Amino acid sequence: MQTILQISGLTKTYAGGFTALKGVDLSINKGEIFALLGPNGAGKTTLIGAVCGLVRPTSGTIHAFGEDMGKHWRRLRARVGLVPQELATDMFERVERAVNHSRGLFGLPPDPARVEEILRALSLWDKRDAQIRTLSGGMKRRVLIAKALAHEPELLFLDEPTAGVDVELRRDMWRQIALLRERGTTIILTTHYLEEAEEMADRVGIINKGDILMVDDKQAMMERLGRTEALITLAQPLDEIPEALGAFPVSLTEESTVLCYRGGGGEGDLGGSAEVAELTKALTRAGIDYTAIDIHESSLEDIFVDLLEGGAA
Amino acid sequence: MSLFNARSAWTIYKQELMRAFRTAMQSILAPVLTTTLYFVVFGAAIGGQMQGGMGGVNYGAFIVPGLLLLTLLGESTSNASFGIYMPRFTGAIYELLSAPVGVAETLAGFVGAAATKSLILAAIILGTASFFVDYTIAHPFYAFGYILLVSASFSLFGFILGIWADSFEKLSIVPMLILMPLTFLGGTFYSIQVLPEPWRSVAMGNPVVYLVNGLRWTFYGSSDVSIGVSLGLTLFFLAICVTFIAWIFKTGWRLRT
Repeated sequence: MQTILQISGLTKTYAGGFTALKGVDLSINKGEIFALLGPNGAGKTTLIGAVCGLVRPTSGTIHAFGEDMGKHWRRLRARVGLVPQELATDMFERVERAVNHSRGLFGLPPDPARVEEILRALSLWDKRDAQIRTLSGGMKRRVLIAKALAHEPELLFLDEPTAGVDVELRRDMWRQIALLRERGTTIILTTHYLEEAEEMADRVGIINKGDILMVDDKQAMMERLGRTEALITLAQPLDEIPEALGAFPVSLTEESTVLCYRGGGGEGDLGGSAEVAELTKALTRAGIDYTAIDIHESSLEDIFVDLLEGGAA
Repeated sequence: MSLFNARSAWTIYKQELMRAFRTAMQSILAPVLTTTLYFVVFGAAIGGQMQGGMGGVNYGAFIVPGLLLLTLLGESTSNASFGIYMPRFTGAIYELLSAPVGVAETLAGFVGAAATKSLILAAIILGTASFFVDYTIAHPFYAFGYILLVSASFSLFGFILGIWADSFEKLSIVPMLILMPLTFLGGTFYSIQVLPEPWRSVAMGNPVVYLVNGLRWTFYGSSDVSIGVSLGLTLFFLAICVTFIAWIFKTGWRLRT
C-alpha cells in the first residue's frame, strides 16, 4: 500500500501555551477514505491546518507524495485540497466565478468544461450565476467543496463536510465523496457524525487532547473492540441469575423481566452472537421461558465513547 | 513549479479589481466626487480670489498635485488594507494560505490591484480637474512614475495595515487619524514657505511634505524641497514596506497560527 501522507512527531503549541498536538504520528494510504474522529478541541483542525499550511507546526515533519512539505510546499500544495469547517468565502461572489478563482489561484488554466462538470456533480450548475450569500447553508458548503475540487487535488481534506447539512443532502454528499474516491482521490475527513465515518471510511483514527489514541481499519476496529448486546425478555421475572447461566456475562434489569447480555468482541474474539445462541440453549435447558430477543452489535459511536472514557479515566 | 506563479498572481489581481468595480460607487465615484468638491471650493471659488497664486503658480493649479496625492495616499492604503483584511475577517484567507502562492504572487495580486485602482483614480481626477482649473504637467513621464511609486508604496503600507488590524476600527484609524492630518498639514493647500518659523521647521518633519513636493515638482518644475530628497525618501519607505512584508510571510505573523 502506497503512503500518500506521512506525519511524524508533529507537535503544535500555541502562543498562549496550549498544546494542540502532542507528537502525532500518522500515515495515510493512497486512495483511501480516512476518518479522523475526536471531540471538540481534540486537535483535528490543527492537524489539517498544519498539513495545508494554515498552522505552523512547533516540531515534527510532514511528507506528502514522498516529499517534505516544508521544503517543497509550492508543488505539493498544488496537489492538496481543503474544504474548511467554516463557511468561509467571499459571499458576494458568484458561484461559477468563485470556482474559477480557486482553479486560477492554484495555478491551473481555465477549463470551463471541468468546472461545469464539478458544478453539475454537486447540483450547483443551476446556481452558477447566483451570489453565494443567497444560497442555503448546504449549498454554500457544496460551493466550498466545488472550490476545493477545482484544482483537481489528489489529496483532499474535508473538515466536517456535512456539519449543518440536512439528512438528504448529507447522503448526497456521501455519494459525491464515494465518487471522488472512485476517481482515485485520497480523502481525509473529520466528522462529529460517527455514522458518517461508519458509512464511508476505510480506516478510522481517534484523536483526543492532541494524541492519536488509535488508528485502525474500520472493520477490524469494530470487530476488535465491538461488543454484542442482547436483551432477552423473560416470560416470568427472575429473582436472581440462575446457576446454569453463571458462565455467561448477563445481568437482570431492575424489573427482573429482561436478561441483559453484554459480551463477545475483545481481542480476537468474534463470538458474541454465537455465545448468545449458547445462552438461549442454556435458558431452554434450565426451563426459563422467554418471549423476545433483541440483539445488536455495538456501533463505532459506542467504541468511540468507550475509548474516550477510557482515555479520560 | 517555478518561483513565481504568474497565473495565481493574475487570479488575485483580477479578483481584486473586480471587487473594486463591484463596489464602484464607493471605491471610484466617492473619492472622485470628494476631490472634485475640493477643486470647486478651493480651486475655482477661493483660488479665483487669490491674486498672485502660490509658489509662482495659479492657486487652483497649485493644489492639483496635493489633492491628487491626498486621494492617492488614502485610496491606496484603504484599498490594499481592505483587500487583505476582508478574507482574514471572513476566514476565506484559508484558500490563499493553502495555495501554492508565496509573497511575490500575493503582493503582485493585492498590491498590484490596489495600485492599479489608484492609477485609474489619478487619471479620472486629473481629467476632472481640467474642467475647473488650468494646470500643466512639466514632466509627464516623471509624474506618471512618481504617481506609480507613491501608489505602490502606500498600497504596500495598506497591505501591512490590513494584516496588522484585527478590527474595522483599526483599519480606519491610520488613514483617518494619521494619513489625513499629515496630508492636510503637508502642504496640500499651501507652500510651506508661507509658514512662519518655527512651524516651517516643524513642517519639515512631516514625511508627506516630501511626497507632495515631489509630485508638485513633476507638475511645475519647482517645489519647496529637492526632488532628489523626495524620491529618495519615497524609495526608502517602499523598501521598508517590502522588507516588513517579507518578514510577515517568513514568520507568518497574523497570517498563520
